[in-house]
Amino acid sequence: MKKAIITVVGRDCVGIIAKVCTYLADSNINILDISQTIVGGYFNMMMVVDVAGSEKSFDAISAELAEVGGTIGCVIRIQLEDIFDMMHRL
Amino acid sequence: MISRSEILETNQMIEKENLDVRTITMGISLLDCIDSDRGKLCANIRDKILKLAGNLVATGDEIGREYGIPVVNKRISVTPIGIVGAAACRSEDDFTEIAKELDRAAKDVGVNFLGGYSAVVAKGMTTADMMLMRSIPQALAETERVCSSVNVGSTRTGIDMDAVRIMGEVIRATAERTKDADSIGCAKLVVFCNAPDDNPFMAGAFHGVTEADAVINVGVSGPGVVKKALESVRGASFEVLCETIKKTAFKITRVGQLVAKRASEMLGVPFGIVDLSLAPTPAVGDSVAEILQEIGLEYPGAPGTTAALALLNDQVKKGGVMASSYVGGLSGAFIPVSEDQGMIDAVNAGCLTLEKLEAMTCVCSVGLDMIAIPGDTSAATISGIIADEMAIGMVNQKTTAVRLIPVIGKGVGEQAEFGGLLGYAPIMPVNRFDCSAFVKREGRIPAPIHSFKN
Repeated sequence: MKKAIITVVGRDCVGIIAKVCTYLADSNINILDISQTIVGGYFNMMMVVDVAGSEKSFDAISAELAEVGGTIGCVIRIQLEDIFDMMHRL
Repeated sequence: MISRSEILETNQMIEKENLDVRTITMGISLLDCIDSDRGKLCANIRDKILKLAGNLVATGDEIGREYGIPVVNKRISVTPIGIVGAAACRSEDDFTEIAKELDRAAKDVGVNFLGGYSAVVAKGMTTADMMLMRSIPQALAETERVCSSVNVGSTRTGIDMDAVRIMGEVIRATAERTKDADSIGCAKLVVFCNAPDDNPFMAGAFHGVTEADAVINVGVSGPGVVKKALESVRGASFEVLCETIKKTAFKITRVGQLVAKRASEMLGVPFGIVDLSLAPTPAVGDSVAEILQEIGLEYPGAPGTTAALALLNDQVKKGGVMASSYVGGLSGAFIPVSEDQGMIDAVNAGCLTLEKLEAMTCVCSVGLDMIAIPGDTSAATISGIIADEMAIGMVNQKTTAVRLIPVIGKGVGEQAEFGGLLGYAPIMPVNRFDCSAFVKREGRIPAPIHSFKN
C-alpha cells in the first residue's frame, strides 16, 4: 500500500466529487477515506487513497489531477502521506 | 489516521508561511580524482560530478512533487580544492582553471551553486593553499556558480593570522574584480573559524576530508512558520514561548529528515545530516528578524536582542535534535542582513549596527553574514573584523564566519543590489580607527586554554 492524501479546494459546483472519483477509478486508485465540508460557498475535500495499484507514475497522477481540477475550477493536490505522518506523529 | 486539521496545518505552512526544503546538497569527495596533470585532474573531477550528481536536480524536483513541498535549491559541495589541486597546480592560474571546470560541471548538472573552492588553513598554509587563496578574486570573477570558503582558525589550533591578513586583501581584490555588479563576488566568499565538514548551506559548503565518498545533506528552513506560531502566544510566558518554538522546530525538521532519507534512497547515496538552520530569504514573511520582533523587540538590534536570539537558537536546536537521527552542519538561526527584509529594515531604522551584529553572532550561527560595507574600507580593517569574529568562534567552541561585501564605489547611505536570493543591502558604517599594526604582525594566535572557563 502506498497512501497519499488528495485535497480539493474551490468554489462549490455540481459534480466535483463525481469528476475526481471517476478519474481515480479510471486510474485504479483506491479511495480509503473521504471527508468533505463547505465553508462560505467553498468546497473543501480530503481523501486518503492508495496509489499502489495504479500503473501511472505519481508525477503523472499529480499532473492529471491538477488538470481535472482546472476543468471544475478547483485546486487539486496529491501528496504522499508520509509528510503528514512525519510532522504530526512520533 | 491523519486528521483534517493536521493536513491543513502542514499545507498552510507550505503555502502561506514559506515552509520549504532550502537545499539538498550532495557532498562529493574529489580525493580519488587527484592527479599531477591538471588536464587529467579536471577530467576526473568532471566525470565524478556528472556521474554522481547527474540526477540530483531531477530527483530533488520529483521529491518536491511527491510531498507537495518546494525543494528550492539543489547543490553540490566538494573536497576543498586547496587539497585536491595541490599536486597539479603550479600557479594561481592553474587553480582558476579548476574553478572554471567546476563551474562548467555545475552548469551541466543544473545546480545553482557548487561549494568547495576552499582552503582549510586553521594552523598553517601549504604553498597550494596560498595559491588557491590568491586565486579566489579571479576565480570568483570568472565563474558564476562556484562558491569559495577559507577556514582560518579553530578552537583546537588557534587562528592563523597570516591567513586572516591575506583574506582581508583577497576580499578587497574580489570586490574590485566584480565592482560592476556591486562587488557581488564577495557574496560567494566566506571566512570561517571551526568550519563544519558537512554544511549544506552556501556559500560556505565544502565536503570535508572526514566525510565519505558521497553523502546527502539537507538544509530545511521555515522562519515564517516559527513567526506564525509565535503570533498565537503573544504576551505569554517564556515557558510557553520556548515550548512553541521547540514544537515548531520539530515539525520543520521532520520534513527535512523525510526529504533527506528519500533523496538518499533515490540517488543511492548515503544520508549524512539534516541542518536545522532557520534560513531567511528576502521574501516577506520568511525572516528571522520578524521572529525577534514577534518575541518582543521593536527591531533586531534593540536591547534584549542577544538574549532573544540565544533563546531562539537554543529552542530550535532542542526541538530539531529529536526530529532527526543525524543533525549537523551549522544548525542555528542565520542572521544575514541582505537576505532578510526585517534585518534590512532594522539597519535602515538605525537600530542595528555592525557591533550589535557581532554580539549576536556569539549566540547563534553563523557570523557576520552578507553585510555590505563602504567600498573604501581598507584590507587591514577587514582583516581586523575577521580576526574579531574568528576569536569569538575560537573561544566559544562554535562556528563563526564572515561574509563582508566592500561595495566598491559606494558608501554609507547607499545600497548594494545583488538580486535573487542574495537580496539587497544598505551599506553599514565601519569603525574607522586603525588596526593595521595589529594585523601586520606575523604568525598565529595560539589555541585558547580549555579549562578555567569564565
